[in-house]
Amino acid sequence: MTIPVALLKKKATFKRDPERVPEDFHEELFRLEEEGEWLVDRVTGPYVEVPTKYGRPKKVPKGHLWHHKSCGQCGHIPGYSTSIFWVMRKLGYDYNDPRDQTSCTAWNYYASATSNAAAQAAVALRNFAAAKETGYFPLIHCGTSYGHYKEVREELILYPELRAEVRKVLAKLGKELVMPEEIVHYSEWFYAMRDEIASEQKRDMKGIAVTVHPACHYYKLVEGDAIYDPDIYGGQRTAIVTGLAEALGAEVRSYSTWFDCCGFGFRHILVQRDFTRSFATMRKIEVMKEEADPDVVLTHDTGCVTTLDKSQFAAKAHGRNVGVPVMSEAQFAALSMGAHPYKVCQLHWHSADYRPLLEKMGIDWEKAWAEFEAEVKRLERGEVEFLTWDDVDA
Amino acid sequence: MATASALLKLDAAAGFDDVSYEEKARLFDEVRADLRYPEYLYGCYECGICVAACPSARFYDFSPRRIAQAAAREDVELVYQQMQEDIWECSQCFSCLRCPRGNNPGGVITIMREVAVNNGLASARQALEGYSRIIYKIMSTGTQVSPDMLQPDAFPDWGPEVKDVSDNLALWRKALPPETLHTTSTGWDVDPRTLTELYVIWFETGALEMIKEVDEGLYTILEEIMEERLEEEGITP
Ligand code: SF4
Ligand code: SF4
Repeated sequence: MTIPVALLKKKATFKRDPERVPEDFHEELFRLEEEGEWLVDRVTGPYVEVPTKYGRPKKVPKGHLWHHKSCGQCGHIPGYSTSIFWVMRKLGYDYNDPRDQTSCTAWNYYASATSNAAAQAAVALRNFAAAKETGYFPLIHCGTSYGHYKEVREELILYPELRAEVRKVLAKLGKELVMPEEIVHYSEWFYAMRDEIASEQKRDMKGIAVTVHPACHYYKLVEGDAIYDPDIYGGQRTAIVTGLAEALGAEVRSYSTWFDCCGFGFRHILVQRDFTRSFATMRKIEVMKEEADPDVVLTHDTGCVTTLDKSQFAAKAHGRNVGVPVMSEAQFAALSMGAHPYKVCQLHWHSADYRPLLEKMGIDWEKAWAEFEAEVKRLERGEVEFLTWDDVDA
Repeated sequence: MATASALLKLDAAAGFDDVSYEEKARLFDEVRADLRYPEYLYGCYECGICVAACPSARFYDFSPRRIAQAAAREDVELVYQQMQEDIWECSQCFSCLRCPRGNNPGGVITIMREVAVNNGLASARQALEGYSRIIYKIMSTGTQVSPDMLQPDAFPDWGPEVKDVSDNLALWRKALPPETLHTTSTGWDVDPRTLTELYVIWFETGALEMIKEVDEGLYTILEEIMEERLEEEGITP
């Protein structure tokens, strides 16, 4: 039996024990600024206030954002990053896509531990300083970067010796210590902007059944920043992704292993994939299929899209109950706003078969693929050097 | 699987008798000296909530409870054994932050791994075998995974799409509308100045030095690349 999320909402709202509510980090953030320890990069300009786990409102800036890209998205799921940019452009918000940005390097850190707290904090603060220099506010694409940067913020607040060390390193680069007022994940922007996105919807998502995998590093690491909404799951689970999918008219269905991680494992996905494949299929995809039978799995992090998508091929060969497309909610939102499935959402980089989903959405994927191939031919003939934003909307 | 685990690994240390107690104690002290350690471990109720949430515990003979307990009991022998046998099985998902005692077993493991790397422990060398190209990529280019890593022989289990991507890589990258994404050997186009700044960070924080203990060859290559660039920019690390 499938469990529609609407049923879960009817449960009593979950009240948190006030004794266990962590302190708002902002007090320390601004105190340290007053003491001249760092600069706080403030949210200026229009923003949306969203509710977080312990009730504190969080500011999500609407525009003028500095896109802290994700190496896994840009490298292996480029339709993920492209869709984030495309949706922002369509809604008319300006942004900065920097070259003066490094990876957060946390994937490597969680995989190999060949780094340390000072190096990780220096990498984070170098990026924050680079963002501040442009006047744009950082928007973090990767769930792991987001989680790790929150960890870094906590550590820098707690340990003066770490601040001193990082200050010394950044001074060598001619940079000051900068900490943003809020660390904002792109999926929080999509959540905050869900009504604007829905108002630009070109494709109806009614009848599309969705399961959501919430990313561990989004809501388990430094949990207080994550979005929880009393109207979604009675505030018992993070509202991220689900809030957007529902705003677009899709039917979100629950499943019992929603809290489980995807199996990415950081090092496992690269050098020990037997674990990743087993976990992703047996604890996630198969459970979703059995309990919720979704048309698509939506998630909001690099590693989760990769793991849940790529793990299905080998499992299928072993006759397991898999075979459901996986994408980010950014790609899903872009599709709903009329984005091209290949030129924008780049679904040809995905492995699990997404074509039945496109058909259900009323998209002629054969025609769309022919259009993409025609563009690639133009590139091949040297008629154009690159495809532009105008080309992909033509 | 959990029952089998209980049979396989006991809560008491076994083996590694060839390593002196003093050496094991020195390594444990290094773990405890990490500034994050006091915030990561407050004791342990032995409730097993972390185990219920832990993905690695489902597929390996591994338990975050055992990690937290061994450290809380200051069991020098067992902590050493875990540094050699357990820590690389963790997925670093941090589901164990559910711990009602406020522990962060995954965080304790991060620190134990760092100490294992810093001291060139056999488990660290073994865990990082076959992983060097990733360390090379992240430390030298500033992005961790690149489009050209998608090779069918590296990911045979990911389906035929990997070959399609690899066959069409250059053209498909040019088809991406964001101007920063036309790269094939890095995730995006990183400014040379930015890369120099990253190298300074690796030198100054000792992160580069950590590689020396686990992969001398890789260390030499990285050091050369970085020193050359810093020299060009007139920076002495
Ligand atoms: S961080 Fe490690 S120990 Fe903690 S739940 Fe995840 S896999 Fe288990
Ligand atoms: S959840 Fe916490 S207290 Fe319970 S066994 Fe795990 S580490 Fe110990």
